[in-house]
Amino acid sequence: MTNHWNDLQYTDCALIIGGNPAENHPISFRWLTKAKEKGGKIVSVDPRFTRTSAMADHYAPLRSGTDIPFIGGMIKYAIENNLIHKEYVAKYTNASFIVKESYKFEDGLFTGYDEAKRAYDKTQWAWETTEDGKPVKDETLEHPRSVFQLMKKHYSRYDVDTVTSVTGTPKEDYLKVCEMFCSTGKVGKSGTIMYAMGATQHTVGTQNVRSYAMLQLLLGNIGLPGGGINAMRGESNVQGSTDFALLFDNLPGYLGMTKAIPEHATLKAHLEKETPKSGYWSNKPKFIVSLLKAWYGPNATADNEFGYQFLPKGNKNYSHINLFNAMYKGELEGAFLFGTNPVVGGPNAGKEKEALGNLKWMVAVDLWETESSAFWQKEAGSDPAKINTEVFLLPACSSYEKEGSVSNSSRWMQYRWQAIKPVGESKADLEIMHELMTKIKALYKNESTPAAKQVNAVHWNYGEGKEIDIDLVCKEINGYDVNTGKQINGFGNLKDDGSTCSGNWIYCGFYPEEGKNLAQRRDSKDTGMSMYLNWSFAWPMNRRIIYNRAAADPSGKPWSKEKAVIWWDAAQNKWAGYDVPDFVATKKPTDPGFTDPFIMIADGVAGLYAPTLNDGPFPEHYEPYESPIPNAFSSQEINPAITLFDGDFNKRGFKVDYPIVATTYRVSEHWQSGTMTRNQEWLSELVPYMYVEMSEELAKEKGINNKDEIIVSSARGEVKAYAMVTKRFKPHTVKGKKIHQIGMPWHFGYKGIATGDTANRLTPHIGDANTMIPEYKAFLCDVRRAD
Amino acid sequence: MVEMNLNRRQFLKLSGAAAATLAVVELGFNEKKAYAASKELKIAKATVTPTICCFCGVGCGILVHTKNNTVVYTEGDPDNPINEGKLCSKGTTIRQLYTSEKRVLKPRYRAPGSDKWVEKDWDWMLDTIAKRAKETRDKSFVEKENGMIVNKTEAIASLGGAALDNEECYLLAKMMRGLGVTYLEHQARI
Repeated sequence: MTNHWNDLQYTDCALIIGGNPAENHPISFRWLTKAKEKGGKIVSVDPRFTRTSAMADHYAPLRSGTDIPFIGGMIKYAIENNLIHKEYVAKYTNASFIVKESYKFEDGLFTGYDEAKRAYDKTQWAWETTEDGKPVKDETLEHPRSVFQLMKKHYSRYDVDTVTSVTGTPKEDYLKVCEMFCSTGKVGKSGTIMYAMGATQHTVGTQNVRSYAMLQLLLGNIGLPGGGINAMRGESNVQGSTDFALLFDNLPGYLGMTKAIPEHATLKAHLEKETPKSGYWSNKPKFIVSLLKAWYGPNATADNEFGYQFLPKGNKNYSHINLFNAMYKGELEGAFLFGTNPVVGGPNAGKEKEALGNLKWMVAVDLWETESSAFWQKEAGSDPAKINTEVFLLPACSSYEKEGSVSNSSRWMQYRWQAIKPVGESKADLEIMHELMTKIKALYKNESTPAAKQVNAVHWNYGEGKEIDIDLVCKEINGYDVNTGKQINGFGNLKDDGSTCSGNWIYCGFYPEEGKNLAQRRDSKDTGMSMYLNWSFAWPMNRRIIYNRAAADPSGKPWSKEKAVIWWDAAQNKWAGYDVPDFVATKKPTDPGFTDPFIMIADGVAGLYAPTLNDGPFPEHYEPYESPIPNAFSSQEINPAITLFDGDFNKRGFKVDYPIVATTYRVSEHWQSGTMTRNQEWLSELVPYMYVEMSEELAKEKGINNKDEIIVSSARGEVKAYAMVTKRFKPHTVKGKKIHQIGMPWHFGYKGIATGDTANRLTPHIGDANTMIPEYKAFLCDVRRAD
Repeated sequence: MVEMNLNRRQFLKLSGAAAATLAVVELGFNEKKAYAASKELKIAKATVTPTICCFCGVGCGILVHTKNNTVVYTEGDPDNPINEGKLCSKGTTIRQLYTSEKRVLKPRYRAPGSDKWVEKDWDWMLDTIAKRAKETRDKSFVEKENGMIVNKTEAIASLGGAALDNEECYLLAKMMRGLGVTYLEHQARI
C-alpha cells in the first residue's frame, strides 16, 4: 500500500476492484465505514455481488479478466471530460516525455515483437533524449508523440460501448462508476483504489495494476491522504516476506538477484549495470555492499568483492510454476516447505501433488499435517508404496508461542511478544532454521570444495549455544557500523566501503540505537491525520504515506488544505506536516531534484508509460488464457508475452467443452489453503463444506437445485461440491450473448476438521507476463449434477 | 516481555465484553469493585501479552491471556490503532491455534515407500535433513558456467514464508542463498 489502513477514512471515493475487504480484510472495512460517515463513497466492481458490494454506494459487475477494458474506458472518460488533474499530470508524471518514432501500436502488438520468442525488443519504446541523456519533454502535453497524446490515442479505442460489451457491465452502471470515481480528480478531493488477488492473478495481472495506477496519476491521487494505490495483503507477513526477498529474482530490499550473465560476473560490473544514474536507487551500491557485509561478515572484504561471488547466479526463471514444472520432470531432489501447502494452494494442484512424488526428500515445517506433507497417503489418492519421497515433518509453533515482527499491508512493522511456551515439542521457525544451518555448517567445516566454501563463508553469529538470540538478528537486519558495532539510524548512513552492514536496507532505521527496536513501540496517540507515528515502525524511515511529496504542488504548498500531508515551512526552512517527508526534510522545493516526488524512479516522475515491462508500455486488453469469447480489441487472443507450457503439464480448455467462466476466492472464516482454520473447531463449524456459487439462471439451465451435489470440471480436473444457487452471480451479457460465471472458495482439502475438494485442481499453470503469478481468477469450466 | 500500562479506560475496554458490561452496570463504574468482581473471571490474574493477528495483512492487535500454562482467553487489543479492539471471526478464535488437538506435537518421519509416519526426535531429524541437504548440494553444485563463477544448486527448492516473522524470512533468505539455492519462492507469487 502506498497509504495505510487508518488513512482510508480520508477518502472521498474508494474504488474496490479485484478485492473484497469486507470479507477478506474485515477489520479494514471500519475505516471505509468511517469514510462513508464523513460523506465518502464506496464503489465495488466485482464479478460477484460480495459483502463489499453490499456495503458499497454503487456496485458494477464485470466478467473476470476484463479489468483493462474497464479501467481503459475510465482513462478515456477522465481525459475526454477534462476531469484529470492537469498540473499534477504535467509535473509529476512522464506524460510530457517524447517517445521515439520507432514506437508503434497495431492490432494488439507494440513494435519490436518476436513471435518465436514471444518477447519484445523494448529498446523500440524508448524516449527521445537530449544530448546529456535526459528525456525530451513537452509540458503542454500537445506533442503527438508525448506520452499523454499516445496514451489518449491508445485508449480512444476503449469507448463505453466496446468496453461494456466486453466486460458485461450494464452501461449505466459503468458510467456511474466513471462519474463517481473520476470526480476525485478535482483539487481538494482524493480517491483510493484498493485491490487484491482479483487484480494480480491474471495473465495480464501486472498491467491490471498498472492501469489502476495510471488512472490514479491522471486524477492526481497518489501521495494524498485518502488516495493511493493500495494492495490489500492476504497474509500477515506477505509484505515482509516479499521485502525480505523469498522470491527467486530478488535480494532483500528489492535489490535484484544476481544472474549468470556477463554483466553480473563481478561486483563492479553488477553495480555498473544495475545502478541508475539518478533517483534514490543511485545509492544502490551502499545497500548491496551492506547486505554482503551482513551475510558474509568478516568473510566479505574489499579484496574479495565483499563476498559477491558467494551469491548464487541463476540463468533462468525459477518462479513457482517453473519450479513445479522442474519438480514434475524430476530435476529437483529436495524441497523445504515452510508453512505452505501447494497441494491446496498451488495452481493445477493435482499436478503439483504428483510433482512432490518425484522428490527424493521433502521437509515440511508446519503446525499441522497438511495435504502437502501428507501427499503420499492413500487419503490423498496416492499409492504410498509407489512414492519414494522421504518426508520430514517438523512441528512449528504458532505466532504467539514465539517472538518476532510482522509487516502489514500498511508497511507497519509490528512486534509480537511471546505469550506462552510452544505447545508439545514444537519450535519457532527461527530456531529450526538456526539449528539446521548450524548443523549444515558443521558438516562442511573441514571441507574446502567450492560447495563447502560457499557455506563456510556465511556469517552465522547469533549467540552462544543452541539457542538463537533474536535481538542479534534484528540488529543485523537494521545494520550497524562493523568497526564500532554502533547501530545505523537510517539507510542514508549506509556505506559502500564495507564499513556498514544492513540485512535489509529498506528497514534500516527501525533499530537506530542500542535497546531501541521501534517495531515494539506502543504509543497509540494520534500524531495527526491518523499517522500514529509513534506506533510501531513503518518502512521506509517511518513514513506512512509514500510519495507524500506529491500531496504538495511544485512550490511545496499543499494542493488543498483538506488534503495536506507535508508542506514547505519557509520560516523553519524545512518541510513540516503530519508525515515523515519522502526525502531530506531540509531540501527546498526549488533545490534540484526536489520538485520530483517519485524519488525511487530514475526520472523522478511517475510512469504513465512504462517501457520496461515485458508486455508493453501501456496496458492493453487480451483475453484470459481460457476465454469464452474472441478478443474484441485486436486479433491477439492472449497476452503475446506470456510463457506457454507443454500440454501435459498444463492442459488448456476451450469454450466448446468448457463454456462457463470460473473464478476462486476466500471467505471470512477460512484462510488461504485452510490449514490454519480448518484445524480449528469453531471456524470449521462456521464454514464446513466446499461449495460453488452459481446464478439462478445457470442452475435452471443445468437442472441444479440449491445444496445439490455437483461436479465442476476443467481441462485439468474435476471437483465435487455443494451448489449454492444465488442472486450474487448474474449471467454477463457479453457481445450480446449470455456468458455464465461461477465462483468457489479455494480453502478446502482432505485434511483437518472441515474437509472438501480442492478448487485449485481446476486452475491452470499459466502466469502473468511479468511476474508469473498464476491465472487463478479466470478460467473455463463446466458444471453438472453429481448424480 | 512488553510492559503494559492498564489504566482504567483500558481495563474497562479489556475485561471481556459481556463481563465488563455486567460489571459496569451492576457496580456503577466503581473501579475497585469491578476489579474485585473480575477475580471470578477466567482471565483474573492471567498474564496479558500483546500480539498481532497471524491471518490477513490488516495487522490487528490481539491480547493473549495465559494462566497455568495455557491460553485462557484472547481478545482484540483496544490500544492498537488499526482495530481498536475489534476482531473478525478468524482473529476471535485465535486461541484455538494453541488448544486444537490437531497440532503436531512431535517431529514425524515418513520413509520412502512407507504408508505411515514414525515419530522421531529433533536431533535425528535435523541431523538427517542436514545430511540430505549436503548430499544433494554436493552432487548438484555448479561452481562455474561459461567461465563465470555461479556457485549454485538447482536441485533444492525452498517454498513458503508469508506467515513467518520478518526475522525468520531474513534468516531463510540468508540460509537458502548461503546454500546456493536458486529455486527460492513463496506465497507472494501464488
